[in-house]
Amino acid sequence: MESPIRATRILGFIFFSLLFFVCRSAPSHNLLISNAERRIDLTSHIVKVYLTLKVENAGSTPTSEILLAFPPTQVDHLATVEALVTKGKRKKTTLVRLDVKPTELPDVPNGNKYFTIYLANPLSSGESTTLEVLYMFTHSLEPFPAEIGQSESQLVYYRDSALILSPYHIKQQTTFIKTPSTKVESFTRVEPTNRAGTEMKYGPYEDHPPYSFSPILIHFENNSPFPVVEELVREIEISHWGNLQVTEQYTLVHGGARHKGVFSRVDYQSRPTLSGASSLRQLLARLPPRVHSVYYRDEIGNISSSHLRMDSRKSELEIEPRYPLFGGWKATFVIGYGLPLQDFLFESSDDRRYLNFTFGCPLLETVVDKLTVKVVLPEGSKDPSAVVPFPVEQHLEAKYSYLDVVGRTVVVIEKKNLVPAHNSHFQVYYTFKPIFMLAEPLMLASAFFLFFVACVAYLHIDLSIRK
Amino acid sequence: MAAPETSTAAVPSLYTNNALRNAFGGVLSFFILLLIGVMAFSIRLFSVIKYESVIHEFDPYFNYRVTQFLAKNGIYEFWNWFDDRTWYPLGRVIGGTVYPGLTLTAGTIWWLLNSLNIPLSVETVCVFTAPIFSALASWATFLLTKEVKGTGAGLTAAALLAMVPSYISRSVAGSYDNEAVAIFALIFTFYLYIKTLNTGSLFYATLNSIAYFYMVCSWGGYTFIINLIPMHVLLCIVTGRFSSRLYIAYAPLVVLGTLLAALVPVVGFNAVMTSEHFASFLVFIILHVVAFVYYIKGILSPKMFKVAVTLVVSVGLAVCCAVIAVLIALVASSPTKGWSGRSLSLLDPTYASKYIPIIASVSEHQPPTWPSYFMDINVLAFLVPAGIVACFSPLSDSSSFVVLYIATSVYFSGVMVRLMLVFAPAACITSGIALSQSFDVFTRSIKFQLPGISSNTEVDAAETSSATAEAQNDAVKTEKSEETSKNRPSKKSKKKEKEEKPSTKAKAEKRLIALPLDSSVISLLLLILLGAFYVVHCVWAAAEAYSAPSIVLTSHSHDGLHVFDDFREAYAWLRHNTDVDDKVASWWDYGYQTTAMANRTVIVDNNTWNNTHIATVGTAMSSPEKAAWEIFHSLDVKYVLVVFGGLVGYPSDDINKFLWMVRIGGGVFPHIKEPDYLRDGQYRIDSQATPTMLNCLMYKLSYYRFVETDGKGFDRVRQTEIGKKYFKLTHFEEVFTTHHWMVRIYKLKPPKNRIRGKTKKSKSKTSSASSRAKRSGMGKKNPWH
Repeated sequence: MESPIRATRILGFIFFSLLFFVCRSAPSHNLLISNAERRIDLTSHIVKVYLTLKVENAGSTPTSEILLAFPPTQVDHLATVEALVTKGKRKKTTLVRLDVKPTELPDVPNGNKYFTIYLANPLSSGESTTLEVLYMFTHSLEPFPAEIGQSESQLVYYRDSALILSPYHIKQQTTFIKTPSTKVESFTRVEPTNRAGTEMKYGPYEDHPPYSFSPILIHFENNSPFPVVEELVREIEISHWGNLQVTEQYTLVHGGARHKGVFSRVDYQSRPTLSGASSLRQLLARLPPRVHSVYYRDEIGNISSSHLRMDSRKSELEIEPRYPLFGGWKATFVIGYGLPLQDFLFESSDDRRYLNFTFGCPLLETVVDKLTVKVVLPEGSKDPSAVVPFPVEQHLEAKYSYLDVVGRTVVVIEKKNLVPAHNSHFQVYYTFKPIFMLAEPLMLASAFFLFFVACVAYLHIDLSIRK
Repeated sequence: MAAPETSTAAVPSLYTNNALRNAFGGVLSFFILLLIGVMAFSIRLFSVIKYESVIHEFDPYFNYRVTQFLAKNGIYEFWNWFDDRTWYPLGRVIGGTVYPGLTLTAGTIWWLLNSLNIPLSVETVCVFTAPIFSALASWATFLLTKEVKGTGAGLTAAALLAMVPSYISRSVAGSYDNEAVAIFALIFTFYLYIKTLNTGSLFYATLNSIAYFYMVCSWGGYTFIINLIPMHVLLCIVTGRFSSRLYIAYAPLVVLGTLLAALVPVVGFNAVMTSEHFASFLVFIILHVVAFVYYIKGILSPKMFKVAVTLVVSVGLAVCCAVIAVLIALVASSPTKGWSGRSLSLLDPTYASKYIPIIASVSEHQPPTWPSYFMDINVLAFLVPAGIVACFSPLSDSSSFVVLYIATSVYFSGVMVRLMLVFAPAACITSGIALSQSFDVFTRSIKFQLPGISSNTEVDAAETSSATAEAQNDAVKTEKSEETSKNRPSKKSKKKEKEEKPSTKAKAEKRLIALPLDSSVISLLLLILLGAFYVVHCVWAAAEAYSAPSIVLTSHSHDGLHVFDDFREAYAWLRHNTDVDDKVASWWDYGYQTTAMANRTVIVDNNTWNNTHIATVGTAMSSPEKAAWEIFHSLDVKYVLVVFGGLVGYPSDDINKFLWMVRIGGGVFPHIKEPDYLRDGQYRIDSQATPTMLNCLMYKLSYYRFVETDGKGFDRVRQTEIGKKYFKLTHFEEVFTTHHWMVRIYKLKPPKNRIRGKTKKSKSKTSSASSRAKRSGMGKKNPWH
């Protein structure tokens, strides 16, 4: 209910600002970044960037929009952008999440893409604020060499810029890059550049105009496996008899350097650290608590290598694929489990019901290229609507299961390029009358009744022609 | 026996009224039958509970794959299915070479469930088809035995069949094989035959030919029916039991049955062309001659009849001689005398081992050992003779059929282990008769001497005596053939039977032989003990011996359960990490599984229809690396899969099967000689092994880098250190080995680039004849290379 009001307000604000400033890209000149610190975490295959910006309004009018710029090569791999602002004084600081939306701007240099951060309170002239921005890239580590043998370790390239790409003037900036190990083959130097242990420091650089760019290339060892789920279909089936059945179909691939040549089991078993260091041996799925009837199988049957640990707060399912996955190897499997309905289904104030469930993939440290969430509502439910905290594609389907007549409504939600940060809750609202629960038992009962009546009738009718 | 016993125990003495008692008995036997069905179904679920709901073994995977195809593409596509993923590069016409009964059944069940919106997968339906059909089979046994010896015997036989280990071995959940439905079809066809014989109803005769059609659809074993029934008809004629009922029971079956059988593509014209079916036509002719003679006898005076006989016999003999001469000439012109290899090995048990090593190499085609009889039918082996004796008192048309059935099936089961399956129902029927009859005698004598001591035994006695009464009734019926032939099994006739009962019962009581009380009590207890022993054995066999799916192996060690899931690991690897059109070569045992689970093209599979092709693979496996590479390369093979049990002690691996590869390969390609692989007639892989053995591909692929596991290369199956420990592969490379080394997959190295000058040299150097031929052939095709 709030968002339309806010949208109109923002629209109004944009209109207002357009009226006032002759130049369209004028807001960018009003702001400047007095200090920027960027920390790039390259330890896993998901590149996490923590950006701390101190933004100052040097213009004369208050503004509440701050632009973030990304080069076009990076924006394709960008999975998530979050912005936080610190509130309160000193000890009582709390982080407040801000709205971030992709923005299209005309005539931008080099085809850059923008995200706009909307501040809760407009930044008035001369004021400054500190923003914490977190964004993640997937598929940004390019294995080089692209094919490795079993005993070789996996080396990857990471490409970025030593200077933060920004439409604003940056007074001072520093970039820290963390690599998983001390083994770094090479890296571009943009003085001043320091390297100590697993961390590299680029900067501090002073006074760079907008859109400064200085490409760097880091070639380092990353032996962590790159689990990539090419496609994940999660089907969440609501049964008002008290169960929530979740079925997840995975197509898993090791996204690292492709495996080349032989696979020798004797090497793999006798020297597990040296041989196949980057191979994917096991995965951990974090499931909700009170999970029951968990299964882990693929199209040819049960996979026996899995363990389930449960406590009151969470359940952990440790799964091993049938075979260790080397770079480029694929596997498909299905995880299914049941959950008690009362933990996830609630009634909203307007007499509707809603399902509150996590959105993303329960496997830890996994990139999902394409996720399809299907929420199967019970037969007879009406007016479904889904509320997801980020932009997704939605449509409705019908599914026929156990003796359905009219079919169950399925809310299908699709999203591409997900990281574990997307594991937030989403809601599906619908209306349902409990009387529909009795439809199928009654149908069965009447079918049997008719059958018995037919039997009785047959036994009492003499169909023979002879007298 | 357990089921009826426990149920009768719960019955209070309620038989004040005879009609009420009969109604009660009907309801009771209905519920007993229901329980027998439930038991037959549930005793086969051990495999699902202990392991998982998965298709078992080898052939079921093929059937499963066919069913999947059927469910996906529909029946017309199925009939026209040419499978290019097997027998590469020949392919296989699946629609015309498969017995479609099982797949059509499961496909229909799946379609029905799905049209009711019950979304069961094809796999689930396939897994549970066999248990469902064993429940049906036990009901069919009830019907058959009831026709022969009454309700009591029927229930006993049904209960015995529901848990006979021999049948369980082929019908546990997941064992999705032809036999699972075929045994039901077999028993049901026999039942309908007996029913027709007892009633003379054309309705049942038609049903009988439809049941026979279903049997033909399901299993090659239908030839047993089409030979056994003529034999019985002949027996009836010879023993002077010819009647119009016999004619109605047999003639429609031959005509309709043969027509219907010819509709099944895999049988087709075989239904009239092969020798397996000749007996039925011959008997068909004889039956007509006999019927004609009886007819003539009826209308002519005895004197005229004699004249006619001499006339007909002289003319008939001449015609017969001519016909037989033509037939013999026709049959003798074919090399196998018109018999298929498997049928011939039934008639001559040594045939297969002499001429067809492929048939002989299958373990289920071997003759059984005595322990396997005890394992598979257990105490029934002791009850069968008693049952046969019981069938002779009195001998009716139907009981003579049972005697004939058991006599022939005993012989067949003695030739092939697999045919124990046909023997098991016969054993159950006769044992059911034996048990029921002896219970009858003992309880009656107890009842006779101790009137009203315990209502419990009385009910029992009464029930079994009523069973004999019915049997008597049958006997009476057969005597008065004219009357019963009109007797349709409507409600009215049932009522009539009920009215007849008291009188026949009285008759039965009259000729009752009372045994001493104590001995009959003791024998009764012993019989119950025997039954209990049987039940315990069956449950054990179902739970332990026959429930393993054989694609997953488990072993119990001191640190708990160990699961060996290597086969599926390898198949899953092939499925996801090789190109979809890659060809995988392995010994034929794993062909069906590879196509079904890995979805890759194979060279040979369990359908063994082309001996030469299998021999080619066998030759490659027994050749040295280079020659093998050339053979595989010429077949466009990319991966070679071998099964190796040496690390974990899995005995049925490829090294143990290797001699069959040599034999089958040598049968077609004479340069492979079995003695080359044997040291003094002994098959060994240790340091005493022959160099041919140590250099053949199978040895190398199995033991490649095996020595590095423990430093010695100790083979746990052969219990010896391997002969050649350190060697390198020149033409193959290891691409995958499963966790317990049970499946090893090798890739053929790509052919080396040829240098222009060197081609001629290498051509002259090639050692094996076949490879030279291939090289030169290739040279002709591509002269510019």
